[in-house]
Amino acid sequence: MKVLVPVKRVVDYNVKVRVKSDGTGVELANVKMSMNPFDEIAVEEALRLKEAGKATEVVVVSIGPAQASETIRTGLAMGADRGILVKAEGNVEPLAVAKILKAVVEAEQPGLVILGKQAIDDDSNQTGQMLAALLGWSQATFASKLEVEGSDFKVTREVDGGLQTIKLKGPAIVTTDLRLNEPRYASLPNIMKAKKKPIDDKSVADYGVDVTPRLEVLKTAEPAGRKAGVKVKDVAELVNKLKTEAGVL
Amino acid sequence: MTTLLIAEHDHETLKDSTNKALTAASQLGGDVHVLVAGGGQGTKAAAEAAAKLAGVSKVLVAEGPAYEHDLAEPLAALIVALAPGYDAFVAPATSRFKNVMPRVAALLDVMQVSEIIKVVAPDTYERPIYAGNAIQTVKSKDAKKVITVRTSTFAAAGEGGSAAIENAASAADPGLSTFVGEEVAKSDRPELTSAKIIVSGGRAMQSRENFAKYIEPLADKLGAGVGASRAAVDAGYAPNDWQVGQTGKVVAPELYVAVGISGAIQHLAGMKDSKVIVAINKDEDAPIFQVADYGLVADLYQAVPELTEALGKLGK
Ligand SMILES: Cc1cc2nc3c(=O)[nH]c(=O)nc-3n(C[C@H](O)[C@H](O)[C@H](O)COP(=O)(O)OP(=O)(O)OC[C@H]3O[C@@H](n4cnc5c(N)ncnc54)[C@H](O)[C@@H]3O)c2cc1C
Ligand SMILES: Cc1cc2nc3c(=O)[nH]c(=O)nc-3n(C[C@H](O)[C@H](O)[C@H](O)COP(=O)(O)OP(=O)(O)OC[C@H]3O[C@@H](n4cnc5c(N)ncnc54)[C@H](O)[C@@H]3O)c2cc1C
Repeated sequence: MKVLVPVKRVVDYNVKVRVKSDGTGVELANVKMSMNPFDEIAVEEALRLKEAGKATEVVVVSIGPAQASETIRTGLAMGADRGILVKAEGNVEPLAVAKILKAVVEAEQPGLVILGKQAIDDDSNQTGQMLAALLGWSQATFASKLEVEGSDFKVTREVDGGLQTIKLKGPAIVTTDLRLNEPRYASLPNIMKAKKKPIDDKSVADYGVDVTPRLEVLKTAEPAGRKAGVKVKDVAELVNKLKTEAGVL
Repeated sequence: MTTLLIAEHDHETLKDSTNKALTAASQLGGDVHVLVAGGGQGTKAAAEAAAKLAGVSKVLVAEGPAYEHDLAEPLAALIVALAPGYDAFVAPATSRFKNVMPRVAALLDVMQVSEIIKVVAPDTYERPIYAGNAIQTVKSKDAKKVITVRTSTFAAAGEGGSAAIENAASAADPGLSTFVGEEVAKSDRPELTSAKIIVSGGRAMQSRENFAKYIEPLADKLGAGVGASRAAVDAGYAPNDWQVGQTGKVVAPELYVAVGISGAIQHLAGMKDSKVIVAINKDEDAPIFQVADYGLVADLYQAVPELTEALGKLGK
């Protein structure tokens, strides 16, 4: 079974982004970029399936600018076998990403696609579900445990009330939650090795997908700020303030 | 214009997130119909509750085993079967609808707008991006709209309606996934997303036992829900459905008490719209103090029992 893992290049989770003063977006120049953390978890899970003899090949794919090849290299350094870069400039919405991924899936024929549950920049939480819909495949989002059963899968999902376990008919789409695994760090020798692994260069045109955005971003603004309050000296003062000043007790 | 609101319920009672999403649905301007899909007897009761909500003009009920366990594929197929009659599809951004609505959107060839916090116009909405560090105003150019609603920012619609209840046309279950089991914690405490007060613990709690010994008694005194940081959940001190944050639950209670939580941006994204924030942390430079209305620099193992006791004396 081949496993396909879509990986997205996003602003590093440690960066506190700033909104551009003209309201046209957020400041992305000279900001540290990394692989979306949920996608690292997805790559890790695919590698563990391969190491357990349940997967034969792990392919990472990214849709984005030329620099997204760095994100693919990160996946290759973790241990993925090869990469596919689909070059796209500007805003590619989840629906368009899903359409491109559908074409990639049709060409690659994986038995399983593992995506992150959300990208930490746009926080859309859509792409995996959309891909499943377009392919007519089963889906399990927010996975905290994944087991292979022949060509089918058993997945435990993190849901609002706790955990749910479902069985999926393969081929299937799974999206990762935080507790699925702890991704490995790439070792130096593996980073060197990854430089020689193949990355297929593609463009959106190769797949004939219309990526015209459906959403027009009218403006991007700072959220309403919140000012730091006061420090209280002890529990008695805290209770007093909550009662008399804040009126919440 | 007619909007289909998909109801959140637990197969017994209608959830308050439905009332909140209804407020957003009503702001789109047109008629609002509510779809209640579920398995078993409770579905009817939930539908009756939905029919009483102010602003609802019709309730559609779909009852059947395929809808009993919130599987994405059959529910998406049902909504898509109903789609010709509707211009917009609205649901609360709960885990159930985060799972199903993008599937609906893709089947309709629509780009979903996730977690809106404001309706600016029927086709224009505000939504947070980058863990709430920026607010985007987006206009949808799709003919039909698919929207999930961040419930913490909309008031709950009240009762006052008397809508007709009809059976929804059925749709075939694609049969792609099956339910195996679930572990749902039963608790008498208020749910995080509707609690008026929340007490959350972080990594500093050190164990599940300490959550039970320090956080839970304080929460019980306050009639509060219990939350946790990701670090506490990852370490196994708290169950996953307690996680508050960018990638957990987003809450906005009247009072949020953060105990032994440093205040990482991912955590703040889930609670910084709370009305009053209290932080208890032994590090006076912890970033949580930058958003806290009342900060107490103290060892939680002393301060929390003291606070619980002081509230007891207040008659709490
Ligand atoms: C150069 C560039 C500029 C952008 N500018 C803007 C802008 O100005 N305004 C704006 O609103 N958005 C912008 N975006 C964001 C972007 O166009 C989409 O909104 C985004 O690709 C999809 O949304 P999401 O990541 O929140 O999806 P989610 O559904 O949250 O992502 C879930 C998962 O899908 C997979 N995935 C998602 N995207 C990709 C991808 N590109 N390649 C591979 N796998 C992927 C990953 O596994 C990810 O974990 C820009 C993106 C790029 C690359
Ligand atoms: C992709 C991604 C998604 C994430 N999503 C979330 C999310 O949804 N929610 C979330 O919370 N985090 C999330 N995080 C994690 C986040 O970045 C932080 O790591 C996490 O919030 C830290 O938890 P904490 O504050 O409990 O732990 P720490 O940062 O370790 O803080 C512990 C605090 O306790 C204090 N302390 C220690 N002992 C005591 C004592 N005896 N008395 C009083 N104070 C004490 C310390 O001073 C410190 O400030 C995410 C991270 C990533 C990468």
